[in-house]
This record gives sequence, C-alpha cells and structure tokens, in this order.
Amino acid sequence: MPKPMLEAKNLTMKFGNLTASNNVSFSVDKGEIVSLIGPNGAGKTTIFNCISGFYKPFSGRVYFEGKDITGLSPYKITSMGLTRTFQIVKPLKEMTVKENILTGAFLRASSRSEAEKIADEILKITHLSEKKDVLAGSLTTADKKRLEIARVLATKPKMIMLDEAMAGLNQTETKEAMELCLNLNKQHGITLLIVEHVMEAIMPISNRVIVLNAGEKIAEGSPEEIVNNEEVIKAYLGERYHAKSKQTNRRV
Amino acid sequence: MKNRALYLIFAAVLVLPFAITNVNFQHVMIMFLIFASLGESWNIITGFAGQTSFGHAAFFGIGAYTSTVLFYKFGVSPWVGMLLGAGIAAVVSVIVSYPCFRLRGHYFAIATLAVAEIIKQLFVSWDYVEGATGISIPVVEDSFIAMQFHGSKIPYFLIGFALFFLIVMVARSIEKSKMGFYLKAIRESHEAAEALGINPRKYKLLAMMISSALTALLGTLYAQYILYIDPFMVFSLEISMKIVLLSVLGGLGNIYGPIIGAAILIPLSEYTRVFLGGTGKGIDLMIYGALIVLIACFEPHGIIGLLKKRGKKRGALYAKTNA
Repeated sequence: MPKPMLEAKNLTMKFGNLTASNNVSFSVDKGEIVSLIGPNGAGKTTIFNCISGFYKPFSGRVYFEGKDITGLSPYKITSMGLTRTFQIVKPLKEMTVKENILTGAFLRASSRSEAEKIADEILKITHLSEKKDVLAGSLTTADKKRLEIARVLATKPKMIMLDEAMAGLNQTETKEAMELCLNLNKQHGITLLIVEHVMEAIMPISNRVIVLNAGEKIAEGSPEEIVNNEEVIKAYLGERYHAKSKQTNRRV
Repeated sequence: MKNRALYLIFAAVLVLPFAITNVNFQHVMIMFLIFASLGESWNIITGFAGQTSFGHAAFFGIGAYTSTVLFYKFGVSPWVGMLLGAGIAAVVSVIVSYPCFRLRGHYFAIATLAVAEIIKQLFVSWDYVEGATGISIPVVEDSFIAMQFHGSKIPYFLIGFALFFLIVMVARSIEKSKMGFYLKAIRESHEAAEALGINPRKYKLLAMMISSALTALLGTLYAQYILYIDPFMVFSLEISMKIVLLSVLGGLGNIYGPIIGAAILIPLSEYTRVFLGGTGKGIDLMIYGALIVLIACFEPHGIIGLLKKRGKKRGALYAKTNA
C-alpha cells in the first residue's frame, strides 16, 4: 500500500486548560482533495497550525511523505513541499501582486529571471496578470484570497492547505475559486486539504470530508456519506447546510 | 529610468563641492554624505526588514572607536581599523539581535535603544579607551594611509563619496535580489513569510549584520574627520535619532528616502549652527521635529511618497488628456 502524502496521528493541542484539538488522526493521499469542516471553534485552524509548524502540538505526530515533520519550523515544512494559506489573508501590502508572487518563487528559483518566469506563469494560472502591478493592499477581498493562493503556488508545493479560501466571496467569486482549486488539483497535480465553511463550494469538489466538532473528529467519508451522517447533521450541517440549501433553492 | 535618477544624484553630489569651493559648504557636503550613508545602512534593517532600530549609534561608535584606538595605541592605519570595526560591529549586532529578534515591533525598538545606551556606558567607564575624556587622534602629516588631510576637505569628501556610493549600491542590489524580497515579506507579515519558505530569523540577522557593518565604516570616517571622539558624541542618542528621523522624513524602505532626508536635515542643522552659533543648538531639531509631525500626519511614506503620489496624479492626468 502506498504511503499517504500527509498523515496526522493523534494530534492534541492544548492552550492552558483548553483542549483545542483532541486526539485527531487522519490522512490525505497524493492527488486527493480533502475537506476539513466543522462549526466555529471545532479546532480546524488549530489542526492547520499544528501541521504547518506554526504550533508545536501538545502530543501526536505529523508525517509528510513518510517523514516526521512534527514541530519543524514552518519555513522548513514549506521547503519540503507542504504549504498553507491563511484564513485572515496576509497580503504583503506594500508590494505589488507580482512582487508578492516573486517572493514565493524565489524559494525554487536560483536567479531573479527564473523567479520572474515562475511568477509570470502563476499570474496566468490564477488570472491575476492584469493586476500584476497593483499594490496587494489595495486589492478586493476576492483578489486577496486569490493572491494568497498564487503566492504559495509559486513555492511549487506538492500539497497546499487552504484555510477558508472562499469565505466572504460572492457566488461568482466562489465558483471561480472552486474552478481554481479543481484546476490546481487536476492539471497541476497538487494535493489539497481545505478548511471551509461554504458547503456548497466544497462538497462537489472534495474526494473526502473530515468533520471536526469541539476538537474531536466525529466523522469521515465521501461527501454523500457526510451529508447523510446523523451525528454530523446534529453537530453542524443541521442548521447550516439545510438553511443554506433552502436559501439557494429560493434564489433559483 | 530609475537608474538615471540615481546616477544623476551621484553626479550632482560629486560635482557640487568642486563647483562651490566654500569650505563651509564642503563641510556640509561631507556631513551630508556621512548621514545619507548612515540612513541607507539603517534602512536595510528598518526600511526593508521592518525591524526598527533606535540604537544604530552603537555601531557608529564601535566603528569610530575601533579605528581610533588602534591608531592611537598601536599606530595601525585607520583603513585597517575601518574594516575591523565593521567586522566587530557585525559580530556585536548578531550577539545583540539574536535574543532581541524574539521581540516584535515596539519591544524590539526599545531593546535596541537600551542596548545602545548600555554600550555607551561601557565606553564611558572603560579606562583603556580613556573613558569619558575621549580620545584626541594624534595629528600626523597629510597622509592617505593615516586618513588625515589638513590642507583641504576634498579628500574627506572623496572618501565619503566612495562610501556613499558603495552603500547605496549595496542597498540597491539587496533591494533587487531575493534577499530584498524576503526582507520586505518579513516586514509585511512574519507568518506569510514563513509560509513562503523564508527563515525570518536568518534573514533578519543577515540584514542586521550588513546594516551595522556599513554603519561602522562611517564611524571611522567621522572620527578621522573630526579627529576627536568621546562616548557622548559617537554613541549619542542624538545620532541614532538623526538617522531615524532623516530616513523617515525622506521615506522608509526606499533607497532615495535617506538621501532626500539627509539633503534637507544636514544643511539645516549645519547652517543653523554656523549662523546662530551656540544659541542655535537644537533649532534644527525643532524644525525637523515639526517636519516629522507633518509627514507623520499627512504622508507616512515620507517625501518620496509625496513625490510618487504627484507623479501618479500627473500620470493619470496625462493618460486622460491622451484618451
């Protein structure tokens, strides 16, 4: 059996007396799109921070391509090919869109011209070419989220963890973001782990869904299995998914 | 286009003291070169990397003291002292910043201020380097090797110009390279930088080393030019603040900023001193303070930000009339 690309084993994270994540285990295979869902405070971002090296987990291990990366610095994990975006976007405000992407590109490029080449390619893939000379701080929310992805894409990752890349987008923008995710996965072979609230957006594109509630994993399965899972509906989907799908129905 | 502006500045600066041979003016030009270069050096760690240092006088003083003590005690050429001083400043900067870089934002700035004051006090009570009395550099005949010129200010000016040229070019090549992008990324967001595979501590330390080594070079030139140093002069908070203020006035994170800032502040302070004598002491800083308040309120990007805005407006107007 091939080893999973990413494996989280019994991850536990505590802040003082608060257990933000409790004994969470899951794995992501190469080429998959896996979604991590759950209500606010379920510990999704905490898990992201533990995997990407921004937190050192209280206990448990993280393996990337079979190597133990638990507690490594974020920059080391990125250079191994696993990177992330942030829920609260962090554009390099005083730099232009292209400079933002160039900064990422330098990780794999040995010269400025090589970095420029990578950046131009990424600009095209993410449809940001027209805005390449705009200061990142003055972009719209949707474009900032897009830039967040573009920038990490320039580090040529094998796997990206997207933290709410679609939150706060309107329907068209959400659709574009979904298409970008699918394109990265299918055309560029990048494995994706997505934290998301927008169910309509991720259910159709995910291979598997993992549900967290109050720091614990309560379910895992295909999108169909998850939407029909009693416990999930009770914990989370019940109020939101149904309410949202009703809304969309009304709009239709 | 941008290159042309820079070379124009270099050419203008180089020609001026030959065109206007007034000794006072030449003195102002030398001070301008020293402080513009100090601003450029400081800009590398603060403007590019976003780590505010209020203690750069420490490195300036280390440069001044290293070459002066070596010449005074052992007759070593100040040129050797200059290079050694740069090396020592780089080492000290790493020792000091390694723990301080754990601190972010204001706390780092306060730490640099404190460290600079501690270093000053050390020199005040250090008998081997004559403590608070300071050192008068033994006067010798005009000599390039001893970096002393009594007949004319032009040689000092040329050395200053060479350092200015070197430092601006170093800052410029950093800005255009991977390192410049990485430093700016760290300035904009520590976390985002890490997610892009950047080791913030490594790059901050590197920037600090370069910045402090360059700063120390100017300490030596200053000491050789004034021919006397004491801790209150070269380690003074006033020097640290002047470096900060002129760079902020001109514009942070931009190689033109410190040049513009120094071109305004240095003539202001030198000429108020000449015209008003002792009573004028501090007037330059009062005017300067007022300018800083205005800049902080209306254009945080400094004068260069103001120029850029005007350039953009004109560009927009131009585009409109063409459309």
